[in-house]
Amino acid sequence: MTSFVASIPGLYEDWILHALVWLPVVGLVHVLATPGERSKVIAFRWSGLVFILSVGLWWAFDPGNGGFAFESSVPWIEAWGVNYSLGIDGISVFMVILTTLTTPIAILGSFNYIRKRRKAFYALMLLLQTGVTGVFLATDIFLFYVFFELTLVPMYFIVGIWGGERRIYAAVKFFLYTAVGSLLMLVAILYMYFSSGVDSFSYEAFLNADLSLREQLWLFAAFALAFGIKVPIFPLHTWLPDAHVEAPTPGSVILASLLLKMGTYGFLRFLLPFFPGAAQHSTVVTVMLVVGVAGIIYAAWVAAVQPDAKKLVAYTSVAHMGFVVIGVFALTVNGLQGGLVVMISHGVSTGALFLLLGMMYERRHTRLIDDFGGIGRVAPLFATAFVITALASIGLPGTSGFIGEFLALIGTFETHAVVAIIAATGVIFAAYYMLPMVQRVLFNELDKEENRNFSDLSRREMWVLGPLVALMIWIGVQPGPFLERMEPSVQAVLERVEEGAMAAAEPGAIDGSELANAPERALPLVDTGPSSDPHATSAPATTPAPAAQSPAATPSPAPTPPTTPGGES
Amino acid sequence: MLTHALILSAALFVIGTLGVIVRRNAIVIFLCIELQLNAVNLAFVALSRYTGIEGQLYVFFVMTVAAAEAAVGLAIIISIFRHYETVNVDKFNLLKW
Amino acid sequence: MVFAATAAAVPGSAPLAPQAAEWEPLLPGWIILLPLLGFIANSILALWAARQSSAAVRAGGEWDPFAGDRRPLTHTLPTWIGPGVMALAFLLTLWNFEGMWAAHLDEPVVETFWTWIATSTLTVDAAIQLDQLSMIMMLVVTGVGFLIHVFSVGYMRDDVGYPRYFAYLNLFVFFMLVLVMGAGYGMMFIGWEGVGLCSYLLIGYWFTDREKSDAGKKAFIVNRIGDFGFLVAMFLLYQAFGTLEFGTIFGDAEGQLVAGGAVVTSITLLLMLGAAGKSAQVPLHVWLPDAMAGPTPVSALIHAATMVTAGVYMVARSSVLYALAPTSQAVVAGIGVLTALVAATIALKQYDIKKVLAYSTVSQLGFMFLGAGVGAFTAAIFHLMTHAFFKALLFLGAGAVIHSMHHALHKAGSHEDAQDMRNMGGLRTRMRITWVVMWIATLAIAGIWPFAGFFSKDEIIWYTAAWAGAESNPYGWLYTVYWLVALATALLTAFYMTRLMIMTFHGASRVEQGARGHLHEAPPVMTVPLIVLAVLSVFGGWVNVPEALQASVVGFFGALPMSEWLHHWLEPVTAGAAGVQVAAMGDPSYSAPLVGGGEVMWALISTAAAAVVVAGACRYLLARKYVPAAEAAAPSSGLGRILYNKWYFDEVFDRTIVQPILAASRWCWKVVDTVLIDGFVNFVGNFTRLAGWLASLFQTGQATTYAFVLTLGVLAILGAAVFLQ
Repeated sequence: MTSFVASIPGLYEDWILHALVWLPVVGLVHVLATPGERSKVIAFRWSGLVFILSVGLWWAFDPGNGGFAFESSVPWIEAWGVNYSLGIDGISVFMVILTTLTTPIAILGSFNYIRKRRKAFYALMLLLQTGVTGVFLATDIFLFYVFFELTLVPMYFIVGIWGGERRIYAAVKFFLYTAVGSLLMLVAILYMYFSSGVDSFSYEAFLNADLSLREQLWLFAAFALAFGIKVPIFPLHTWLPDAHVEAPTPGSVILASLLLKMGTYGFLRFLLPFFPGAAQHSTVVTVMLVVGVAGIIYAAWVAAVQPDAKKLVAYTSVAHMGFVVIGVFALTVNGLQGGLVVMISHGVSTGALFLLLGMMYERRHTRLIDDFGGIGRVAPLFATAFVITALASIGLPGTSGFIGEFLALIGTFETHAVVAIIAATGVIFAAYYMLPMVQRVLFNELDKEENRNFSDLSRREMWVLGPLVALMIWIGVQPGPFLERMEPSVQAVLERVEEGAMAAAEPGAIDGSELANAPERALPLVDTGPSSDPHATSAPATTPAPAAQSPAATPSPAPTPPTTPGGES
Repeated sequence: MLTHALILSAALFVIGTLGVIVRRNAIVIFLCIELQLNAVNLAFVALSRYTGIEGQLYVFFVMTVAAAEAAVGLAIIISIFRHYETVNVDKFNLLKW
Repeated sequence: MVFAATAAAVPGSAPLAPQAAEWEPLLPGWIILLPLLGFIANSILALWAARQSSAAVRAGGEWDPFAGDRRPLTHTLPTWIGPGVMALAFLLTLWNFEGMWAAHLDEPVVETFWTWIATSTLTVDAAIQLDQLSMIMMLVVTGVGFLIHVFSVGYMRDDVGYPRYFAYLNLFVFFMLVLVMGAGYGMMFIGWEGVGLCSYLLIGYWFTDREKSDAGKKAFIVNRIGDFGFLVAMFLLYQAFGTLEFGTIFGDAEGQLVAGGAVVTSITLLLMLGAAGKSAQVPLHVWLPDAMAGPTPVSALIHAATMVTAGVYMVARSSVLYALAPTSQAVVAGIGVLTALVAATIALKQYDIKKVLAYSTVSQLGFMFLGAGVGAFTAAIFHLMTHAFFKALLFLGAGAVIHSMHHALHKAGSHEDAQDMRNMGGLRTRMRITWVVMWIATLAIAGIWPFAGFFSKDEIIWYTAAWAGAESNPYGWLYTVYWLVALATALLTAFYMTRLMIMTFHGASRVEQGARGHLHEAPPVMTVPLIVLAVLSVFGGWVNVPEALQASVVGFFGALPMSEWLHHWLEPVTAGAAGVQVAAMGDPSYSAPLVGGGEVMWALISTAAAAVVVAGACRYLLARKYVPAAEAAAPSSGLGRILYNKWYFDEVFDRTIVQPILAASRWCWKVVDTVLIDGFVNFVGNFTRLAGWLASLFQTGQATTYAFVLTLGVLAILGAAVFLQ
């Protein structure tokens, strides 16, 4: 720890990641040490401070070659090879900034909503921020797992204590659902740690783990289940609507904006790089794409008939995450980048939607769509923000939602045209679920007297929504800065997967026996430059690459059997 | 010699165990627990002759713990008696809830 | 013929010499930016006004911004901002048009502002493209748009949401300009969905009215079905070309795509799906008549002159691709002609003046698609342009009528429908200017020489005939059918438009007694745009008089200098497609199929027939007695009833698509989610509870029991250790 402490007064990049993770804990202590009525302001200031600090990342972070930047590592449990190590790359930088942005906004948005046990609530919010930031920054699997589980606890209490009527059911369902998945992941992590000869929990060590295809498939399944529940992908999603409906507004915001992203982030960070062979396996890809598409259509349909506005938005989350899933498992640059943009965009727009719904609830104490109507007449600013957010959510060009969905779909189309076409019907169904809600809430006759007193946005609420709305439009109009920062890391993930596919295409691996030696898989994540051929990414999945293509294939085992097309001469 | 000592130890232990199980008076149960501890002590002492001084060392540990336990346990029993005016353990089923 | 004339020296004033000068467009970005700035300014005013209005509503009343002596600033500034930015944009466009004309541009000028989407394999620039086609569209959008903005000043004068209205209208123009100026399908799609959004907002402009807001929603969702096609087409284009930029795609199309192959056919059909959604072609036309719920100038601008023609523009823009896919062309033309016919028949039996015009628009759009489908892209754009003039005029005229009717009925305290033609009649005495200009527009749309519509519609019909006769056209017989249907539809057009005029302006007045006195002509701010549009409706067609006609008949007057000007103007854009098409199908025929006869003859026949229909309809309809809507009964049987009910499109879609999806949605929720998935989840939870309950039976709470069990357990383990060794 001394080296960590010593580094604090150093350069920004030396201390920033640690500060992002631990400053909320400092804030938590501060909140606990002061009387309850001040805790919201204190919590907001601390999270605001963290956000201001994190903004520097936008400039300080250099996407470089796609590897981790600002890395630092301190031994934690040396006997097990556990390190406290943090790092950031083009994928996590956005997730971190999203976290630091969303948390103060969620806290600011909760000022009127949370009326009991304020001190505990804001302490938990800050703890949640630490957990989420840690998940996105950890480069040690053990540390990652600790943070991953850490997020469960505050969320459980936030739903369980400050939630609605069925809060206990929702909280327990949320906890158990996710715990089941993450415990499976723990088993998989331990399996990788023990059986594959790595004596460290570091990310690199896990990348280099020697796994047969068979092992990869099993481990993939365990990881995919853990992350898939978090995402949530289609048949594992039923905890989400309940949790969202019962959670207090800030809880919903954090849940939608951040906790779901931990799942898709896990896909990108762990699932694809750790198990490249499995990720290229045709059955796996098919299953993932099918659940992704099913999620898009199914959730859109179910959303459309919800009487409860919050539940409707909760289901739209499932639909949006479906785009991420297909984008990621299309295994193309566009798909992955699109998936990442959908993640950001969904974090912003759905977070804003939940804030808006929270404002509705604060004013009218109901979430039923039919209890509203004609709100646009009495609350024009509210209506404007609502409409813009809804449009971003359904992916209108010029908003963030479009960039993400478009790239994800076009990326999917490159390798799986049919999937992309079916998924593209999601744009129709998005209008089908969102517009009727907008209409029934904002438009139509102002026929309920209670709604006449629906006050417009207060100044605080404008500050809550303003940044989010601005971000939606900024990403929609000028996504370049986002795309260029994430590109190298995304490329690195893809290359990693392709190398893995080459390795998996070798005969030994197909048999299920251990890869005798595949040193090319031990390469660190390096960027060898973007491929110029737009279709390059689709090729390696099906054609086994000739041995000469893999850079370190000299000790390559066994001559290629004549059955592989590449081996025939 | 050792055999005798161990048989005595075992006998004391069984008596103690049966006492804990069948008696209803908390004080008696408490005495039986002490009996079990001392049975183990006996075994320790007897075996220390063959295995070294550690056995006798543990006896001191056990005695210390037993003394502390007696103090705490009696205090609990007294406060329970004050509350329920009985020391019949059948009446104490709070653990179920 | 166009293609023959290309090489020949061009008579007239527009020689397109091959030497293209360097041309630097003047502030083209500002043409787009100005309406956006207008939108921003107006929306700030709109929010300001809405805050005041909401305060009044919350207090239980209504805000009346016109109560004071002076209109509040929020209701005066938009008068200048809204039309003002349009005027500036139009002037800039004109300036650039002049420059482009002088420069004899043969390659599009592309201005890139920034890179919009960039990944390693896909780059979409925020770029605009200026060429002859986009210039025509810009002129229409800013020019007609400006007139409609001016008209709106009068029409929307007394509306509380005045600034909001202009904000939306400016935003619409912004997106429309992005659509027509975008340098690639990506940019076009921004405008494409953006105009859809504005259409949604403007149809539902009076959002407290449930029906209107429903109509907006319907428009958006139906449009999105089309957008789905557009999206998938973009995916295919990206896969085939690696880019979405027009320049690359059209340059490489011939080399990259197999003519008539599956790829280009799919691309073009999917694009057509997009176009059908946006341009209200059968079967996606159902949203447009409902869209008449919006304010009438909106119907004129969005649902007649500009947005709905975006599909035609897109097909014309993609002309090279369509020329490579004859099957798609046949489909496009078929959809077009079918739409023209279906909509024209429906228009025969509608009573709402705006509904008639809406179906008329659908029908005319069908003609444009017919033109684009048979490869007469210039003719399609030509008709788009003239249609923008006369249909905007018709809508604005109808707007003036409705405005007047509404005021009169309002003053009389009547709740009769101000848009139902059965409640009108005899308005000509009260609204002289409107009456005259609307007759001009009617003659134009009916295709009477020398009004604008005659030239454009006739050209489309003629090209259908000409291409039907091309030697190796695989769908020649189909084109023949199209031609015949188009001829018939043109006559239907003449009939239903005459019916509209007669019912509205002629005969005895059916306006409620008390209201009659309040009917009055619209103020000048509304009539001046009408007159300008009327002039354009008369002379607009003269920019493209066919050479054949020029030579034989019209030339006689010696007054039409701009022979085939539009053809020459658009030459650089359409030449590629024309080349491909001629290569594939051979030259178009010079005489009509089946019966023969050349272009001039058929032009004479059609205008004569149209004139006869108009005259006959006047006689026939003037003799009929109409009764006010309140006393009229819906047609009870036969074809009339089917037409009155619009061929039951809405009902059929509702039963076959909307309701099943809704039912499926409910099923997914109530059965799959609640019963199956959650049932399983809760079963697991409940099962665990049950097991726990069973195990808890051992939990007596008596320490002695535990001690007993513990002892048993120890003994069992010890015993096992001893005996199992």
